[in-house]
Amino acid sequence: MAANDPTGAQSAIVTPVRDAAATAARDRAAEYLVSRHRFRWAEALPWLACIAVFFLFPDRLTFGSQVLVMVLFALSLDLILGYAGIVTLGQAAFFGIGAYTVGLGAARLGWTEPVSGLFAAFFVAALAGFISGWFLLRYRGLTLLMLTLATAIMMQEAGNLGSEFSGGYDGLPGLVFDPLLGRFEYDLYGRTNYVYALVVLAVVFYFVRRIVYSPFGQALTGIRENVRRMHAIGSPVHWRLVTVYTIAAGIAGVAGALFTQTNAYVTLTVFDFENSAKVMVMLILGGTGRLYGAFLGAAVYMIMEDYFSKLSPTFWQFGIGLLLVLAVLFARRGVLGLFEQFGAYFTKEKSKGAKP
Amino acid sequence: MTAALQVQDLNRSFGALNVTRDVTMTLERGARCALIGPNGAGKTTLVNLITGVLRPSSGTVLLNGEDITALSQAVRARRGLARTFQINQLFRGLSVLENICMAIGERDGENNNMWRSAGAKRSVIDEALDHLDSLRLVDDALRLVRELPYGRQRLVEIAIALAQKPRVLLLDEPAAGVPSSESHLILDVVANLDPDIAVLIIEHDMDVVFRFAREIVVLVQGAVFTQGTPKEIMSNEDVRAVYLGQEGHDAVQRGGRHG
Amino acid sequence: MPQFAIIAVSILFDGLAYAMFLFITSVGLSVTMGLMGFVNLAHGAFAMAGGYIVVSLTRDLGIGFVPSLLIAAVLVGLISVVFERGLYRRLYKATDLEQVLLTIGLAFMAIATATYFYGPIPKSVPLPLWLQGDINLGFRSFPSYRAFLIVLGIALISVLWYAFERTNIGAKIRAAVDNRRMAESVGINVDLLFTLTFALGSALAALGGGLAIQLFGLSPSFAVLYLVLFLIVVAVGGLGSLKGTLLAALVIGVIDTGGKYLYAEAGGFFIYAITIVVLLIKPAGFYGRE
Repeated sequence: MAANDPTGAQSAIVTPVRDAAATAARDRAAEYLVSRHRFRWAEALPWLACIAVFFLFPDRLTFGSQVLVMVLFALSLDLILGYAGIVTLGQAAFFGIGAYTVGLGAARLGWTEPVSGLFAAFFVAALAGFISGWFLLRYRGLTLLMLTLATAIMMQEAGNLGSEFSGGYDGLPGLVFDPLLGRFEYDLYGRTNYVYALVVLAVVFYFVRRIVYSPFGQALTGIRENVRRMHAIGSPVHWRLVTVYTIAAGIAGVAGALFTQTNAYVTLTVFDFENSAKVMVMLILGGTGRLYGAFLGAAVYMIMEDYFSKLSPTFWQFGIGLLLVLAVLFARRGVLGLFEQFGAYFTKEKSKGAKP
Repeated sequence: MTAALQVQDLNRSFGALNVTRDVTMTLERGARCALIGPNGAGKTTLVNLITGVLRPSSGTVLLNGEDITALSQAVRARRGLARTFQINQLFRGLSVLENICMAIGERDGENNNMWRSAGAKRSVIDEALDHLDSLRLVDDALRLVRELPYGRQRLVEIAIALAQKPRVLLLDEPAAGVPSSESHLILDVVANLDPDIAVLIIEHDMDVVFRFAREIVVLVQGAVFTQGTPKEIMSNEDVRAVYLGQEGHDAVQRGGRHG
Repeated sequence: MPQFAIIAVSILFDGLAYAMFLFITSVGLSVTMGLMGFVNLAHGAFAMAGGYIVVSLTRDLGIGFVPSLLIAAVLVGLISVVFERGLYRRLYKATDLEQVLLTIGLAFMAIATATYFYGPIPKSVPLPLWLQGDINLGFRSFPSYRAFLIVLGIALISVLWYAFERTNIGAKIRAAVDNRRMAESVGINVDLLFTLTFALGSALAALGGGLAIQLFGLSPSFAVLYLVLFLIVVAVGGLGSLKGTLLAALVIGVIDTGGKYLYAEAGGFFIYAITIVVLLIKPAGFYGRE
């Protein structure tokens, strides 16, 4: 009877019948877990802000689309870095693969339909992520950093090698895509592109949100927190990591595809080390492992870059370097982490002694 | 009836150092076995070989009669082999409840689910709370592991292993580092484990060993020195000599190094 | 002499010169990474700083090229101690990610500072007469500067080899790379040892930076552009291994040069491909500990 119940022997010690208080405690525990994943009204703010931008800054929507593309890119990195704890210096590889999937598709094959292009970019980049991840994710630390870095640069060199096909560093300028859904033409102000990018971001964001709050996402957190224990409780760690790496690669590919489509050009610089480093910086500044960190980080970075680099690119580069150093020394959880710390401080002050 | 765990002629060397030498031992279903031996005898290495953290240089490990020597640590765990660590290996940033749910989720496949919200499956939470209940950890269920006192963390360590519903459980010094005033809490749990689980415990405290174990394996320099019932071991002059001799030897070495 | 032999000799000669530059610049990174497991992405910035100091000393103060190299190496070595004591030390126990971020941040700041003072245009450096011109070996003439680089490289390797393998400090460093805790327990002051090797490694990087000006020109992007190569040399060679770093520098130097001679369009494709293959087979590099 007690054969499959290791707690059976224990129930003699503990009161076997649950009283009302115990049941209430259980409900509270269940509620605690579920409530962490429930939609909060504060989550609407960034989306409302995005919609507001559409109406308030009608002449800056081209730039706005670029911000949304980078949010998507940072989100892909958050999935693997923030949740699974994989430190990579080569996420630009998948961004680039996505960017070139639609770029080459349009320039060489005449595949100019944008939405199906996104799907194609997702699958091609995900396939690349699956293959490289299968080999690379056995390693950690410096080896993994070097392997991811070398993969991204090798893609770039491969593109340069086949420059007759890929256009090399001159890139593929002047790409033309079909009207969106066969109906919406691309206007001079980038309104169509902005709405397009926002909708894609929202859809992908929804999926990512489901994933990170799912048991699978929880298992990723487990791998980040203590991989030895995950092995010990029977978690197929390598498989989990390859899975999330593949998904993240696909999302980075979608971001790259959007980049090509909204700019109507692409060059090999998308594979640059700087591109991988930049997206990591954005994510770190916003805060890793918290979804909206990607949002905030990418937006703040892009807006500051746009503003300061107009004043002085050198000053901007120095500033971002300093910001990184300070973030590592004083704000390891990013801007959102700082907010949370302040938030926690104030709620503690307000409700001293009140325990959940 | 097949034994729960069988270890046959297990060897492992690091370079020229043989840390495990021809170890053969058997854990029957429901066994209560203690693994003792002086420091550096290779007890934790043996656990690592059994669980698959390390690969043996030669020899086999059988779980319920099946050869698991070539299997990964995770597959062994899914087949019912659980362990605790000498030094806590917990998800420190997660709540106690989530720590337990992690093990349950891996056991029943829930952790493959990418779509459902974590915690939305009530049966997982109920089971986790049952485990916590039995270890009297329910009040700490929603606290982060890193906020718990060390003794309670040691209990979580055991709770995770139990949540795997193991058939063989390896406990690596479950009360290590816990102040003696609290260690009885942990030892009570150990003493009251499901009688169907085969348990191998590594322990230094001889009182605990003699109270808990029905059989004892003495490991010295990587090899099985002797094994038998507590009575046999207690009356074994050789074991005493090894223990006292080794301790005396250690003491001399320690004194020599610092002096 | 047949054509292919001339090409082969040229590849070997230029490859060797390139390998010496790679070795001199990377060896410090290898030892410090091996010793502390610290991922230092600012290493290229130290090399770049050395290069710019040489530019200033030769162009503005009229100091000779070779003395400038020495001064730059000493200066950067000293400056690096400040960074090591003030910043790096705090993060020895931190995660890879935090080390990566801190040092990328430092590299960005260094690049911006260099751009501010020297501008983005690549700089060159005036060489003494004996380093200009060519050495004619009959079938082909070789630039004297590269010959100088090879001789200097071999000399440095010998000195380092002796220091690493035969001196007391070298033995301590090897012990600490091998097993840090053990080294500490037998009374080696690993912290001090690390500061010393860090300073020496940065000084060598600065020397490499100064030597690189004539080879590639020096612009602020040097700090990141060549960093990737240094990291590859370190990772492929194996952390903390002098032998491995040398072997990796030779392999990468010669293969990259060969690739450029024979198949220029491929650019750096080969070295990245080789890096990936080597690391997949031997994740800890040629001579790293698994």
